[in-house]
Amino acid sequence: MNEKKREPLFHIVKREALSTKDALVLRAVAILLALVLCGIITMITTGISPIEVYKSIILGAFGSTRKTWVTLQSISILLIISLALTPAFKMRFWNIGGEGQVLIGGLASAACMITLSDKLPNAVVIILMIISSILAGAIWGVIPALFKAKWNTNETLSTLMMNYIATQLVAFYTIVWEVPKGSGKIGIINQDSNVGWLPQIFGSKYLLSIVVAVIVTLFMYVYLNYSRHGYEVSVVGESERTAKYVGIKVEKVIIRTMILSGSVCGLAGLLLVGGINHTITTTIAGGQGFTGVLVSWMAKFNPLSMILSSFLIVFMGRGASEISTNFGLNQSFSDILTGIILFFIIGCEFFITYKLKKNHSHTKVRKEEK
Amino acid sequence: MERTAAVKLKNITKTFGSVVANEDINMSIYNGEILALLGENGSGKTTLMNMLSGIYYPDEGKIFINGKEELIASPKDSFRLGIGMVHQHFKLIDVLSATENIILGLEGKLNLKEASIKIKEICDKYGFDVDPDKKIYDMSVSEKQTVEIVKVLYRGASILILDEPTAVLTPQETEKLFNVLRNMRDDGKAIVIITHKMHEVLSLSDRVAVLRKGKYVGDMITKETTVQQMTDMMVGHAVSLNIERPEPVNPKKRLEVKNLTVRSEDGVIKLNNVSFSLNSGEILGIAGISGCGQKELLEAIAGLQVVENGSIEYIEDDGKREQLLGKDPRKIAEMGVSLSFVPEDRLGMGLVANMDLTNNMMLRSFRNGNKFFTDRKAPKALAESVVDHLKVVTPSIETPVRRLSGGNVQKVLVGREIASAPTVLLTAYAVRGLDINSSYTIYDLINQQKKAGVAVIFVGEDLDVLLELSDRILVLCGGEVSGIVDGRKADKNEVGLLMTKVGGTSNE
Repeated sequence: MNEKKREPLFHIVKREALSTKDALVLRAVAILLALVLCGIITMITTGISPIEVYKSIILGAFGSTRKTWVTLQSISILLIISLALTPAFKMRFWNIGGEGQVLIGGLASAACMITLSDKLPNAVVIILMIISSILAGAIWGVIPALFKAKWNTNETLSTLMMNYIATQLVAFYTIVWEVPKGSGKIGIINQDSNVGWLPQIFGSKYLLSIVVAVIVTLFMYVYLNYSRHGYEVSVVGESERTAKYVGIKVEKVIIRTMILSGSVCGLAGLLLVGGINHTITTTIAGGQGFTGVLVSWMAKFNPLSMILSSFLIVFMGRGASEISTNFGLNQSFSDILTGIILFFIIGCEFFITYKLKKNHSHTKVRKEEK
Repeated sequence: MERTAAVKLKNITKTFGSVVANEDINMSIYNGEILALLGENGSGKTTLMNMLSGIYYPDEGKIFINGKEELIASPKDSFRLGIGMVHQHFKLIDVLSATENIILGLEGKLNLKEASIKIKEICDKYGFDVDPDKKIYDMSVSEKQTVEIVKVLYRGASILILDEPTAVLTPQETEKLFNVLRNMRDDGKAIVIITHKMHEVLSLSDRVAVLRKGKYVGDMITKETTVQQMTDMMVGHAVSLNIERPEPVNPKKRLEVKNLTVRSEDGVIKLNNVSFSLNSGEILGIAGISGCGQKELLEAIAGLQVVENGSIEYIEDDGKREQLLGKDPRKIAEMGVSLSFVPEDRLGMGLVANMDLTNNMMLRSFRNGNKFFTDRKAPKALAESVVDHLKVVTPSIETPVRRLSGGNVQKVLVGREIASAPTVLLTAYAVRGLDINSSYTIYDLINQQKKAGVAVIFVGEDLDVLLELSDRILVLCGGEVSGIVDGRKADKNEVGLLMTKVGGTSNE
């Protein structure tokens, strides 16, 4: 009888593909369960009613018109960065250098704003900003790609190292351009003349990033799913040998795709510096180059699903910081809640692919006991 | 008298999603017997055996070992019960010696000397020929296989399962393996062998058990059955077992390979001074032990292999010659040379496993048409017609090819490659792992191409098939051409000897 006990209670069985609807329901249940667990933990550790906490989260993201706009704008930036990383990841090129590519794009914009403001008309400065930031991002993306294509170096390391170089460069120029001297920061650039500030559209300072995000989303969707380049990216990502077999030049695709990936990151840097913050700091990308990896994976590299996943991350983040101020809790507490929710969301992917099956002999044994 | 079964399976069912791999299987395996397990691809042979070796766990049913009900939840349980499986793909560590590989993962004190002695004993007992101190990377395929078998015996296995053990062996090596297996049977061990080669079933096994579509069809004493009867049982209806060999019509020289020399990246000679020519309307079979340069030869012609020396000329109908060397597949296609290649690694090279049928058809056509956008209509139509004409079993053309069975994957690949109306068709192990029915479909397709005037290179491993299908057979040994023989006149022994003829890299 001893041996009966050795049988595992469950075994894992791969399921046939779930319908989109069932998969969605499963994900919704996962989020719901996560919220319940968050509530319980909040109750136990702080004694605050979880309903209040959830209310604050929602109010934190959508509590006022301004908050709603800021939330949408943050979603847009995160979405653009995630979209930028997507073609690289689809190609199985682990570009974790989004952070550096955004930063260097931002630095290029800031450089134009600072050095050209009194030499060229505003429109020319803005055009130069656009070109230089996209170019800078592209260069930051293509360097690891060249190394990979030529010498098959590990792109995870090289893209990561490029991040540090970008951070150090920004730190260096912060000292060069600091205003006032000795303050250790650049401050708002061209506060009086507004030269190089990206234009507001329809009288809203938030709308530009949102419009750009919509355009980039649509572009990426079409590029990845319907274009020749997108097809080549998929083939290279799935199997380099197949790519070579049909005469796709793998090196060329790697380089081309990383130029695209870096360029769009550079564009995000432009929006952050020229459109939103009007200054540059070493932390302006705020880790979104890494969060974008998560957003992209969660959406399974589908640009349209990425709208949802980036919404979820930003919403949670903003809600979490709201509760930490409202209830005097530490920022770490909101990180715990975000962590729990992410754990459930990622964990539920397991149940979308597999199901647990109760072992038959257990049910039988139990029946016999009755 | 009732024998106690070494293994008794009772009502075993295993499903993967909606696919029923094994349904209500009842069968027994006895000590002192070699059982051949037969069935088409996807009939559930490997799944069933994997449940014995602890890789899968049955959804329903019971397993009795030597009359006692047992639960096999992991490979460890399987070892404990004396079940050993030799997989198609070897699970050995290259840089370790035979002995080290054999005792790897065993508990207790590490004593190489004692282990060596015990291994020697096992080898002597059954007639294995293996040097315990030889490193795996120095070994031939058959030696590696021997190590795998000794490994399971060392662990005290009394029930042995071999999954297509002869796929990689020469006829001589196969005979050696069979002698060992017979010795083991006489020693009272229970042996199960999975194979698609019928003549092996006849010469080796005592009993055959047949699976069809996941169900157990029945068993027969080998002596009392025929190939035709077994095949009919596997397929479920009568099949014809003759391979056609039409005379080449109006053969013209199509491809001329001269003094081809290829070195691998680590500088090992893979092809040495290989010269031959290929005619239109002809099937040139290529025989050789695996790893003798077949892959490099085909890839060199297809423009995928860096070549050190030599020339590969394509000869057009009007006698114009084009050099193919130094051009990649895209350039070769742009030159107007219609060359199709069915590579050995179907899902890793010929197709993209995670893409659906349409996207896989597109691999050859995605450059046609618009510069920016891809055309999906033509590949979709092609996918539909391939599914239709070659009777590919698939839920839909939107199904990723990795979900198809081996035979259907190959039909998709071959279907795409012949759709472009090639003048040269290269095929590597086109029927490897395919069941009889699918194999014959593929032979038919290749013969149709031959009749249409295509120059075909057929790299094969089953000498019987090569001898029935090819007009000429080129034998490679250690990267050199050891002979080109007439397929209609050559006999199996002659080719088998050529396969091991050239000294150097042969494994003797």
